[in-house]
Amino acid sequence: MGSNSLYGPVDPAPDAGYTDAPPRMGFFTDTSVCIGCKACEVACKTWNAVPDDGFNLLGQSYDNTGGLSADSWRHVAFIEQPSRGSQAFLGLPTGPSSAPAANVVASQQVVPTGTEPGIPPAVDALAAAATAGTEFVGAGPKFHGAGTGFHGAGPEFLGMPGTDLPGRTDPAPRSDFRWLMMSNVCKHCTHAGCLDVCPTGALFRTEFGTVVVQDDICNGCGYCISGCPYGVIDRREGDGRAWKCTLCYDRLGDGLEPACAKACPTESIQFGELDELRERARARVEKLHAEGVASAQLYGESEDDGVGGDGAFFLLLDEPEVYGLPPDPIVPTRDLPHMWKRAGWAALTMAAAAVVAFAGRRP
Amino acid sequence: MGVKTWIEGWPVYRQLTGTDPLGRGAAAQSRKSKELTARTETADRVAKSVCPYCAVGCGQRIFVKDEKVVQIEGDPDSPVSRGRLCPKGSASLSLVNSERRQQKVLYRRPYGKDWEELDLPTAMEMIADRVLAARDATWQDADEHGTALNRTLGISSLGGATLDNEENYLIKKLFTAMGAIQIENQARI
Amino acid sequence: MAEAHPVGFQWVVEAKNRGAKVIHVDPRFTRTSALAHTYLPVRAGADIAFLGGVVNYILSNEKDFREYVLAYTNASMLVSEDFLDTEDLDGLFSGYNPETNTYDQSSWMYAGQEHEGQSHGESHADRETASAQQHESHGPPVPADVPRDPTLKDPRCVYQILKRHYSRYTPEVVERLCGVPQAKFLEVCEAWTANSGRERTTALVYSVGWTQHSVGVQYIRTGAIIQLLLGNMGRPGGGVMALRGHASIQGSTDIPTLFNLLPGYLPMPHYKTHETFRQWVDDIRHPGQKGFWANAESYAVSLMKAYFGDAATAENDWGYGWMPRLTGDHGTYQQVLDMIDGKIKGYFLLGQNPAVGSAHGRAQRLGMANLDWLVVRDLYMIESATFWKNGPEIATGEMSPEECKTEVFFMPAASHAEKEGTFTQTQRMLQWREKAVDPPGDARSELWFFYHLGRIIRERLAGSTRTRDQALLNLTWDYGSGDEPDGEAVLKEINGYDLTTGKLLSTFNEMKPDGSTSGGCWIYTGVFADGVNQANRRKPGREQNYVAPEWGWAWPANRRTLYNRASADPEGNPWSERKKYVWWDADKGEWVGEDVPDFEKKKPPSYRPPEGASGVEAISGDDAFIMQGDGKGWLYVPGGLIDGPMPTHYEPAESMVRNPLYGQQANPTRKVYDRSDNPTNPSPPERHSEVFPYVFSTSRLTEHHTAGGMSRQLAYLSELQPEMFVEVSPELAAERGLEHTGWAHIVTARAAIEAKVLITDRLVPLRIEGRTVHQLWMPYHWGGEGLVTGDSANDLIGITLDPNVLIQESKVGTCDIRPGRRPTGHDLLRYVQDYRERAGLVPGHHTPIVTVEEPDDDGQ
Repeated sequence: MGSNSLYGPVDPAPDAGYTDAPPRMGFFTDTSVCIGCKACEVACKTWNAVPDDGFNLLGQSYDNTGGLSADSWRHVAFIEQPSRGSQAFLGLPTGPSSAPAANVVASQQVVPTGTEPGIPPAVDALAAAATAGTEFVGAGPKFHGAGTGFHGAGPEFLGMPGTDLPGRTDPAPRSDFRWLMMSNVCKHCTHAGCLDVCPTGALFRTEFGTVVVQDDICNGCGYCISGCPYGVIDRREGDGRAWKCTLCYDRLGDGLEPACAKACPTESIQFGELDELRERARARVEKLHAEGVASAQLYGESEDDGVGGDGAFFLLLDEPEVYGLPPDPIVPTRDLPHMWKRAGWAALTMAAAAVVAFAGRRP
Repeated sequence: MGVKTWIEGWPVYRQLTGTDPLGRGAAAQSRKSKELTARTETADRVAKSVCPYCAVGCGQRIFVKDEKVVQIEGDPDSPVSRGRLCPKGSASLSLVNSERRQQKVLYRRPYGKDWEELDLPTAMEMIADRVLAARDATWQDADEHGTALNRTLGISSLGGATLDNEENYLIKKLFTAMGAIQIENQARI
Repeated sequence: MAEAHPVGFQWVVEAKNRGAKVIHVDPRFTRTSALAHTYLPVRAGADIAFLGGVVNYILSNEKDFREYVLAYTNASMLVSEDFLDTEDLDGLFSGYNPETNTYDQSSWMYAGQEHEGQSHGESHADRETASAQQHESHGPPVPADVPRDPTLKDPRCVYQILKRHYSRYTPEVVERLCGVPQAKFLEVCEAWTANSGRERTTALVYSVGWTQHSVGVQYIRTGAIIQLLLGNMGRPGGGVMALRGHASIQGSTDIPTLFNLLPGYLPMPHYKTHETFRQWVDDIRHPGQKGFWANAESYAVSLMKAYFGDAATAENDWGYGWMPRLTGDHGTYQQVLDMIDGKIKGYFLLGQNPAVGSAHGRAQRLGMANLDWLVVRDLYMIESATFWKNGPEIATGEMSPEECKTEVFFMPAASHAEKEGTFTQTQRMLQWREKAVDPPGDARSELWFFYHLGRIIRERLAGSTRTRDQALLNLTWDYGSGDEPDGEAVLKEINGYDLTTGKLLSTFNEMKPDGSTSGGCWIYTGVFADGVNQANRRKPGREQNYVAPEWGWAWPANRRTLYNRASADPEGNPWSERKKYVWWDADKGEWVGEDVPDFEKKKPPSYRPPEGASGVEAISGDDAFIMQGDGKGWLYVPGGLIDGPMPTHYEPAESMVRNPLYGQQANPTRKVYDRSDNPTNPSPPERHSEVFPYVFSTSRLTEHHTAGGMSRQLAYLSELQPEMFVEVSPELAAERGLEHTGWAHIVTARAAIEAKVLITDRLVPLRIEGRTVHQLWMPYHWGGEGLVTGDSANDLIGITLDPNVLIQESKVGTCDIRPGRRPTGHDLLRYVQDYRERAGLVPGHHTPIVTVEEPDDDGQ
């Protein structure tokens, strides 16, 4: 076990015992070229035989699957927002934006997707608020552990949207607009909370550095759900086991790319060696900055963040909160080494339980 | 399976003796995970095809195993699509395999309240009967001045934009020879 | 494009990443707009005003690519002294006949050729038979020798006429009509012109948003005028690209399942103008005309040989006497009205779902309910197969199974994976599909169904001596020995044979008028060049040049960009190194380049035809538009279009805006069906347009396909867009009290339908003629069958057609929208009837066609 096995930069596959691991593989999702077609959602379900997520009009712009869940391993968020700098509707007889509060209320009326304890449909994207413009009042969403969400168990949605951009007085006409789209997915964290808390060994680190649930081992205890700082992993109703993106582990083993990346028409989803993707992503951000897209930023790319960097990272055109992503995700096992010093090596076989005890704590 | 193999297969043994002391990687990998293979790799054959939805004409590869289509994905060789598919193209596996697909000939008799099943050869004979009867009942040799018309206005057809060229060719050829001119498709719509 | 053709959009994204500027003009902000540099909301139905404004900008600032325009367009040609413009006649061109609502086109012709112009009687027949559709492969006939003024100064030359015609289409007018602020409009003009010329080209991409209008053909014409003026035709990165929406909708036009065409855009015989074989052929080839249509007799005879084989002889005019004749409009909408009137007995639906997918859904369903029999061939159970028990008219009490006599056969169809054959995609490229598996159960291909239907019918008629049966009995109908016909054998018949040697033809130039060749679709000849199925070529794109000529096969002659002679200057040199595509290699003495040259390979740029030449010989070395009668790209159309030689802004058939430019409100030649079951919402100068105060448009979502038969049946697509909805702006929502995700219903004179409300900033009100105009938008995918169901947007739409091609105006109409669900049962009928009465759509009402004179107080 290395010094950074639980926190900090590390190459996860060798750290997990693969002596001749291939390069770490991952996704770079470039939202600046996403057209919101949802081919990724369908290609993923087609390949992995994932069930549908229910037929519910959510009112969250064009998002009707609501978020990542046991039944949606890729999810495209749609954010309709006023945008400083754009002058899309300048000179037109517009009034104020559609009322975000009403849209949020509407989006809460959806039928649960059967994912409890999991992610209530509206939370992943916060797209509810995003259908009309998002300047969040308050501290933004918190995703630490399992808060009490709309249905009692999901992460908590603390940010309430304001009614409009700062400086625009209601009912000032809206003149600016943009429509953001982002295909979200499991981050395949360097330090994966879900994996670290899994008591059965159902979750494991693959030789590619990805994190996979093994459906032949999972017993549906659900600890992983609270272990995930992004609210990704989820239990399937009627099945009970936990499911999430495998980064198409079966395809990777045969040298194929994951189904979503293969289908993506505009190369918004890029698959490859993580080092190379990071390089490409940094170049892309530089190019966008040079073109005047100052808001372009990478998310999950840094090894120094609270999860040691994501195996699936993103180029965003706004702050992470706008997309429903936690701005500062932290793996729940960050403080574990400190605890272990006291507990001693003899407790090794108890580790899983310790993790669970920690992660189960309510904030 | 010998006892040794069994013990070595036990995750905790692998964890304690291997390179993965935290038991999160190689030691935790199940037999099923180890043996995973992409079903495209084990297909019996691959048909080179084209997406059936819009007119971009994206290349598809259709993977067949035991005479069942097991996967449809983009053909990276295609200079049109370079292996990519939209959500509809990506759903074409379920288009082909869905249990909702109709596989039986159904018949609704005049004033009938529901469908009845019919066997295919009988349906073909019945349709031929009706075509010939409608044609004879509405045949026009010529107009009132004796100018040739050679046609029936008693039969119509709509469709073709989703069909193959070869199919459209036979449809137009047969209907034209039959004297049926009211042949249309989505290109008018 | 990102909405309905996402995979095609990868090329736009790639171009954007390489520095291309992307401009999107659309009534609503879509997924395409999201990635465009500039988005312009525009009023639905005002595109000619917008594009005409661009033409005006080009001409008044002399931004045209003059060398290209002079050499390759008809800019310099002189038009008849008799021609009068809409600018002179308040919205009509010279020659209008209010009796038939058509034009005598003789005054539109080039100077000295007035006698070649169509009379209004011919125009009437052409409208009824949508004859302009023949021009998909070639221009209408004009003589080759036309007086010209190369200085472009003569007031009668096309350039000057065009300039005058569009001079009133100023940025101010564009703003007033389209709602586009002048600054943004000028940004588009500047970008378009700056990006066109020797070094750069601009591509214009449109979809069905343009074709489904009462002036649809003229929309596209305006785009073509701009692209010709800027030198963007026949060049890489240029063109006018139609994004079509069905896998082989191009193929089903080339090898038409259309009433007015035979394969290869040959006209279906018309009982009067094509009484004899000679009349028919001469009408196509126009003796004395230049260009490849001069060989039309070879194409026509080869088709007859393909149809009738040895029975087609010179003595019997190749069996022409057996061919059925048109007498007028036999289009799909005429058919539906005839079904309602009980004139049609049987109907085949082949992968098409008119109960949801065609305009005026109620008329479609009532028509089907009045048949003797209906055959539905589809993959899934669709609304058109179940109208008799589940249709909306059952709920309103207008129909019940006990009273509906239509006998219905549902025949399950084979999917694309279960049959082999070719689709022709939107760039005219044929791609062969290999068969993966057998179809399940009773499912069969259309090839199987029609082959066996033909076989049974021919067996029944065997021995008949009736004249009417001879065409069937003489039909060549042999496609292999298996139960499933051999698709390749059919494609070979389409390609054509040299009947003396039995070899497959390699090009249509080998076709003969003497009966020694066959070929079922001359423009497809070459798909089996060298005996090889060229459509089945699959050399990976990355192993070829960017044109990828060895993937599939494109008609004609595997040419990927039409009129590519224009990619070189008149002397045959590339306009620029950057835009090099096809050019004259003087050393080799032939045209060379990336693509198959669209020109006689060995004809030098300096070639000039001898006096009195016709046909191919008459094509000059700089006649880049070889299928046009004068070899030129047409800025002005001297003949062949029903509604005018130049696109003119007319309001949609339903509009709440009085045409600000002309007394003539809407297209005066549009095809109308003036019947009580097809009412049209009133437009100015008629009264009561305020009853339907909003503009609506419909289109597709990425997640669904057409009438939903291939998408609402699939869980993975249905979950992505599970419910019928209507998009409204916050302003309209406030005005009408609509709630996000609440119900609303939309009303026209035809129907009221309900939908969930999406309030979105993506729709904006526009200021038109000083008033605020709200537009709302709906997808048209929903119906009553499938995993997800809902009301059909097409129920709202009436039947008014473009006169050139008889396509309905379904991209724009007027409506009302109200909060809450629509009434049900008989109340629904009463509800819509009340709207009709308030709108003055009462018995005896007729929508005025000609509105040039100001109406009296009654609006009549």
